[in-house]
Amino acid sequence: MEQLGDIPLLKDKAKEIRKLILLMTFNAKSGHPGGSLSATDIITYLYFRELRIDPKRPDWDDRDRFVLSKGHASPALYAALALRGFFPVEKLYTFRKINSELQGHVVNHIPGVDATGGSLGQGLSNAIGMALSGIIRKKEYRVFAMIGDGESQEGSIWEAAMSAVHYKLSNLIVFLDRNMIQLDGFTENIMSLGDLEKKFSSFGWKTRTINGHDFYEIHDAVEWAKKEAGPKMIIAKTVKGKGVSFMENNPEYHGKPVPNQELLKKALDEIERE
Amino acid sequence: MTNHELTWLPNLINSVERKSQRESYGKTLIKLGEDQRVVVLDADLSTSTHTSMFGNKYKDRFFNMGIAENNMIGVAAGLASTGMIPFASSFAVFATGRDYDFVRQSVCYSNQNVKIVATHAGLTVGEDGATHQMIEDLGLMSGLPNMIVISPADAPETEGAVEFLYRYRGPAYMRLSREKVPVVHNESNFQFKKIEILRDGDDVAIIATGIMVHAALVAADYLKNEGVDAAVLNASTIKPIDAETILKYARKTGLIITSEEHSILNGLGSRVSEVVSENYPTIVIRHGVPDVFGESGSAWELMDKYMLNPLGIVKKVEQGLEVRKR
Repeated sequence: MEQLGDIPLLKDKAKEIRKLILLMTFNAKSGHPGGSLSATDIITYLYFRELRIDPKRPDWDDRDRFVLSKGHASPALYAALALRGFFPVEKLYTFRKINSELQGHVVNHIPGVDATGGSLGQGLSNAIGMALSGIIRKKEYRVFAMIGDGESQEGSIWEAAMSAVHYKLSNLIVFLDRNMIQLDGFTENIMSLGDLEKKFSSFGWKTRTINGHDFYEIHDAVEWAKKEAGPKMIIAKTVKGKGVSFMENNPEYHGKPVPNQELLKKALDEIERE
Repeated sequence: MTNHELTWLPNLINSVERKSQRESYGKTLIKLGEDQRVVVLDADLSTSTHTSMFGNKYKDRFFNMGIAENNMIGVAAGLASTGMIPFASSFAVFATGRDYDFVRQSVCYSNQNVKIVATHAGLTVGEDGATHQMIEDLGLMSGLPNMIVISPADAPETEGAVEFLYRYRGPAYMRLSREKVPVVHNESNFQFKKIEILRDGDDVAIIATGIMVHAALVAADYLKNEGVDAAVLNASTIKPIDAETILKYARKTGLIITSEEHSILNGLGSRVSEVVSENYPTIVIRHGVPDVFGESGSAWELMDKYMLNPLGIVKKVEQGLEVRKR
C-alpha cells in the first residue's frame, strides 16, 4: 500500500468536520448528524486530497465535481467547504437559520455546491449529466458523487445506474454510504437492500467494497476507480453517527441533533480523543 | 354559418390547413444544433416527439435515456449545470406529471437552463385515452418558481418559440400537440410574455391558447354575424402572464372567455381570473376540459364530445353575455 504522508492531516480535518457537524446541528436545533458523520471521512478525503477545485473560482469549468445526492448530509459538506475556504467557518452557525444561504439540504446556489439534494434519488442523475458533458466536451474533470443506502430504495437510482453504464461514463466515481440506517430504522428491516455491490455490479458498474472510515482504503479505492473504465461504485461500509458512542448505529440520530450541552460536550470530547 | 360548421366533424376539420407542431420542433432543433452546446434528450419517444431528427444529425449530442423519465430530467439538469443547453422531450403526461419532483428540485429550484418540450398534450392524443391525455400540465408547471410556460398556437409559432427557448436562460416548459394543429400564423413569430391580438373587438375578449386559438377565430366570425363583436387573443405565454393586455381587454369589453385544451382548473382560465380579480374584477368564463379525465376516441371526435370546438366557445360567450346582463 502506498504511504499516505498526509494521513494525520486528513484525520485532523475529519475531526474538525465532525465537531462542526455536531455544533452546527446543535446550534440549528435540527439537521441530520448521523448520516453526516458516516459520510465525513470520504468527504474529507475528497476535499482535502483528491478534488481539483479552487475556492476562489467555485464555477471554474474544469473543476472536478462532487454531488452529494444524499443532501441531508449537508453539515458534512458545508463544513468541508468552509474549511477548504469557500466561505468563512463562522457562516456555519447560520446553518438552517432564517436569511442564511446555508439551507437545510444542499443547494447549488451555495459557492462550492455543485448540485442540489434533498428529495432523494436525483443527485446521481445530475452527476451523470455532468459526466456526459465532460465526455462530449473532452474535459479532463472527474465527477464524484455520494448516494445513501436508504436513498438506493428510490427507483430513480436504478434508472440512473442503467444510464451511467450505457453511456460508459469512465469519469464517474460514486460512493455509496452504507451505514445500514434510514429514518425509520435499519435498512434491512424497512426495505432490505441486500447485497448492493452485487446489484450495482450486475447493472454493469465496476464495484468495490471498503471500510468508509479508513483513509488507506478510501485512497486505494479512489486510485483503483480512476484507472478503471466505465462508472465505478464504491460501497463504503460506514457507521451512522461515527465517532460519538451514543450516536453510533442509533437510528434516533438520523435527523436529530445532540439534545443538550452536557451530551454535546461528551460528544465533542469523544471525537477529540478518537 | 350554421352550428354544424362550428364543430370539427364532419366539416370544419377538412376545411382548415393544419400543420404539425412536433415536426416544427424537430426541424428547428436541427437548425439550433449548429451550436455545440445544444443537446437533446428523449425517453424512448423520439420518433413521436421528433427529436429523432436531431439525433440522426448530431449523434454525439443526442441521448436516448430509455423509459426512465426521472433520470432524463436529472441528467438534463446536470448537463445544464456545465453550460450545455439541453432540450428534454417526452409526452406531456410523463414530462410534467411523472417528472414533477425532478423538474421542481433539479431544474427549477436549482435554476438550471433546461428546456422541457413535451408533445402529446391534451385530449387530441386521441385513441390512447386518459392515461396519455395530459390536461393538468399547465397548472403543474406554472406553480413552479423560476419556470416559464409556453403553449404555442400552431406550427409556425412553435418554430419561433423553440428559437426563443434556445436564447432564453432558465427553466422552461413548452407543450405541443400530437395532432396537426390548424394554422393561424403566416410566418414563424413568437413574442415572449406578450398576448397576441389576432382580432380586435368591443363586446367580449376570447383569450385562447394552443389549438383553441383557431377555434376562437372561427367562433368570432360566427359571433360577428350574430351581432357580437369578439376580440381574439392568443396567450402563447402562460407564465409569466401578460397582465397588461388582459386588463386592457377587461376594461374594454367587460367580459372574458378563456379557452384551452386543458383542465379548467389551474390553466389559462385560472391565470386570467387571478389577474382580473386582483386588479379589475371582470366576468371570466372558463372554457376547457371540466374537472374530468379524457377517454379514447379520435382526436376530433373527442374535441367535439368535450365541446372543445368553436361551438363550445360560442356557448360560453352566450353564457357570459347572460351573466353580464344580471
